[in-house]
Amino acid sequence: MKLKSLAPILYIIFLMLPIYWLLSMSFKTTNEILSGFSFFPQEWTLENYAVIFNDPTWYWGYINSTTYVLINTVISLCVALPAAYAFSRYRFMGDKHLFFWLLTNRMAPPAVFALPFFQLYSAVGLFDTHIAVALAHCLFNIPLAVWILEGFMKSIPKELDETAYVDGYSFPRFFVTIFMPNIKAGIGVAAFFCFMFSWVELLLAKTLTSIDAKPIAATMTKTASSAGYELGLLAAAGCLTIIPGAIVVYFVRNHIAKGFAMGRV
Amino acid sequence: MKTENPRAWLLVLPVILLVAFNALIPLMTVVNYSVQETFGNNVFFWQGVDWFEQVLHSERFHDALGRQFLFTGIILAVEIPLGVAIALAMPRKGIWVPVCLILMSLPLLIPWNVVGAMWNIFTLPDIGLMGYGLNWLGIDYNMTQSPLAAWVTLIIMDVWHWTSLVVLLSYAGLVSIPDAYYQAAEIDGASKWSVFRYIQLPKMKQVLMIAILLRFMDSFMIYTEPFVLTGGGPGNSTTLLSIDLVKVALGQFDLGPAAAMSLIYFAITLLVSWVFYTIMNKDVKE
Repeated sequence: MKLKSLAPILYIIFLMLPIYWLLSMSFKTTNEILSGFSFFPQEWTLENYAVIFNDPTWYWGYINSTTYVLINTVISLCVALPAAYAFSRYRFMGDKHLFFWLLTNRMAPPAVFALPFFQLYSAVGLFDTHIAVALAHCLFNIPLAVWILEGFMKSIPKELDETAYVDGYSFPRFFVTIFMPNIKAGIGVAAFFCFMFSWVELLLAKTLTSIDAKPIAATMTKTASSAGYELGLLAAAGCLTIIPGAIVVYFVRNHIAKGFAMGRV
Repeated sequence: MKTENPRAWLLVLPVILLVAFNALIPLMTVVNYSVQETFGNNVFFWQGVDWFEQVLHSERFHDALGRQFLFTGIILAVEIPLGVAIALAMPRKGIWVPVCLILMSLPLLIPWNVVGAMWNIFTLPDIGLMGYGLNWLGIDYNMTQSPLAAWVTLIIMDVWHWTSLVVLLSYAGLVSIPDAYYQAAEIDGASKWSVFRYIQLPKMKQVLMIAILLRFMDSFMIYTEPFVLTGGGPGNSTTLLSIDLVKVALGQFDLGPAAAMSLIYFAITLLVSWVFYTIMNKDVKE
């Protein structure tokens, strides 16, 4: 083994240590956690996980989070696809300014928007619904999806469009049956990013929900503050939030590097 | 070449409507609050630019802003070189590539408050691996008491959380370099440094700009992780801009000053990002 490969290995070990610690905490009993330091769990227990899977306030947190994340991903992709096509293929009035304006929304600190969002979504009667969080997350996910998709679409030669139009395809039919299969990877990566940023965001999700659509992350914060820090339970809940991300990243593993470069390599 | 097509607006319209609903209405609300005073009951009085003056002259805001720039500066100075170095050392082909990529992306996929909670548990002085380990080594470490320890922990946490983004971006730039470039360099007898300086760096330039832009924006807006990890403490030592803002807006319910602060905050973020974005696009055209 070359010395060079040491750097990534050390880095990955550094990344895995806190995750390992969370995992090991989640299998420890409360007694063991309180009694002091131990590198491996002495008595393995699944009790912490059992609590989560048997308590509706816990497992509904996961269902709620997954629901609004999926709604958000679908909405973001549906509106971003045609927009990205327009940006990658056509020049029109104000296109450059529009593109930057979209990006500025990715730059808006959620803390700035938390209170006005609460008022806006209360006013339109969507407070504490999944759709409210899904729509709010569009603020930063749509610009991102447009950016990524535009990058992928740019690499598809324009001749493809022109040939299809000559062959008599209508725009919608061309877009769905020919163009979209060509940028599958881009769509996958954009979906992955929408999923990821909606899944990890908490401030807006917490502000816009109270009971019915409360995300898992908010359930965790409540437990942390109210129940005097049940570390094992908190660790188990944390471990479960890593799983969906790990699953989706597996599907886009071959395109992930290009995706992070917003399709611009 | 792109063709002129005014009807392309129709394709962009849904995006504009949806983003405008989310962006313009709340933004106007903030602007509204920022120029008015309220004593509750939805009664508002015109206040002019008083709040802006108050915020711009307040020491509290200066401190938070200073801490924010310090934090973002350190983050960029550590994560960008480290990320590039790791990307350079990564294998280009073979079965280890997807394994590396998946493992490295993991921190990016964890909800931000879980990241905070995870590091909280990790650094507990008595039962956390890092906290216990440091104290065992004889280093007096307690994040809740020493501002320095809190800062170091916050930075290590962010490096842990986000360096992978820089790695993945740089790596995407590196793998796009054709093998022929390296072969040519080898024939010319180019040193490792000149390969990096004249082949790899120019190829990575664009993705690195994206990395810097994203890291700037996200570290400047950071809220959840430090809030969960330190809560802005000890004292005010890790109260970054977002944390301070939420304290003013939701904690004290001072809507006017909070709104003025929001707008100043947003304006700074926009300005710096715009500078990065302009440099980025200029490079592309050249």
